[in-house]
Amino acid sequence: MAMLEIRGIRKKFDTLDVLNGVDLSVERGDVVAILGPSGSGKTTLLRCINYLETADEGEMIFDNESYDLANASAQKMMELRKKTGFVFQNYNLFFNKTALQNVTIGLTVGRKIPKEEAEETGRKMLEKVGMGDRCDYYPSQLSGGQQQRVAIARALASNPEIIYFDEPTSALDPELIGEVLAVMRQLAKEGRTMIVVTHEMSFARDVSNKVIFMENGVIVEQGSSAEFFEHPKKERTREFLRMEDNRTGE
Amino acid sequence: MNQQVWDILVDSFMKILIPGFTMTIPLTVISFALALIIAVITAMIQYADIPVLKQIARFYIWIIRGTPVLVQLYVVFFGLPSIGIMIDAFPSAVMVFALNEGAYCAETMRSALESVPAGQMEAGLCSGLSWFQTMWHIILPQAFRTAFPPLSNSLIGLVKETSLASNITVTEMFMVTQRIAGRTYKAFWLYLEVALIYLIFSTVLTWLQRRGEDRLNSYGVRR
Repeated sequence: MAMLEIRGIRKKFDTLDVLNGVDLSVERGDVVAILGPSGSGKTTLLRCINYLETADEGEMIFDNESYDLANASAQKMMELRKKTGFVFQNYNLFFNKTALQNVTIGLTVGRKIPKEEAEETGRKMLEKVGMGDRCDYYPSQLSGGQQQRVAIARALASNPEIIYFDEPTSALDPELIGEVLAVMRQLAKEGRTMIVVTHEMSFARDVSNKVIFMENGVIVEQGSSAEFFEHPKKERTREFLRMEDNRTGE
Repeated sequence: MNQQVWDILVDSFMKILIPGFTMTIPLTVISFALALIIAVITAMIQYADIPVLKQIARFYIWIIRGTPVLVQLYVVFFGLPSIGIMIDAFPSAVMVFALNEGAYCAETMRSALESVPAGQMEAGLCSGLSWFQTMWHIILPQAFRTAFPPLSNSLIGLVKETSLASNITVTEMFMVTQRIAGRTYKAFWLYLEVALIYLIFSTVLTWLQRRGEDRLNSYGVRR
């Protein structure tokens, strides 16, 4: 049985249909890349399934637990979020906390794990993303790439079932993208279940095993990443891939 | 200024300063501490957009900001007894100043809370913190940093505003000065003297504010 099963998400902003009935299924260990032009609803989808937005309709089964995406108690939302990690486009590190505190606060305050134990985990996570020597730095003292790596360490700290990445490299200078992608590649190799909204074609092609192509709030095409890139079925997908190839000059 | 005036000023200095420490400062500190609590709660209610409570908060701010403190003091101390509610002068003053400063500081706190990027709350929730935990550990500390200079401003304003409590028989510095002036007829010099003491209090607070700002800046430039 799939670890994550999403059925019929719909979401309107005022009169604009952002999500128009999306179904999605993710197996344990999957790395799912969600591609699509801006405004296609990718980010909204990710935000809805972690209750950062409330969908108008839709349900989700996650870890054998059912969630109503249109209506849930704060309790239920928190219960879900404790099993997931989320990495934002603009990092959203806590400005008033050091790198290490950013990673541990979800453990000490959110999950009542003793400080020493949390700090040990925190240091290990920062080590893992190559930020072990920056534990006591504040976000303002770190580059964008470093901040995003700390944010990934923060998402990893509670050892979540799945990690959502919302365009994790879109806010970064081109020369800083590589270091973040390297960390994500490593996580994929370790078998982490991830859903990644991205514009990085190389990541979708090389790292993810499933690709979803969205436009106008619906999934246009989905498949294994090999199939998707080698034999796209829909004309719209082919057009999108051609445009992306031209953009990146591949 | 002759020797006689000088002697009166020297003699009255401690007489004015002592109620400064026993009345003006406690009145300021207690009122301001209560005002901060009121402000944080009122600002959080608005930030969280809680129906009904939010309307009550707006109503409270509207009433308090729209009426003079002096009138509020009179309503509580001279007005309430006529409907059977008797409150002593000092607690009346504390109540009025706390409610009054609370309303102004609530607006300061609200704008400071709103200046914290929405992503901070989202990141807190996604890290497994509750709304209140994120509020307490992430949003409020950042908001306080933004609000610190205007809140200090309010505190300095309040020190001087407490002189109005003399109108409801609180024997703070200004009332004591009035009494001495009435007895000695040296109004000009005595009022200058009490002005000087207020100035000293404000100067100390300004210095503390600067120290406080330096400490709060310890986590580097924001963003």
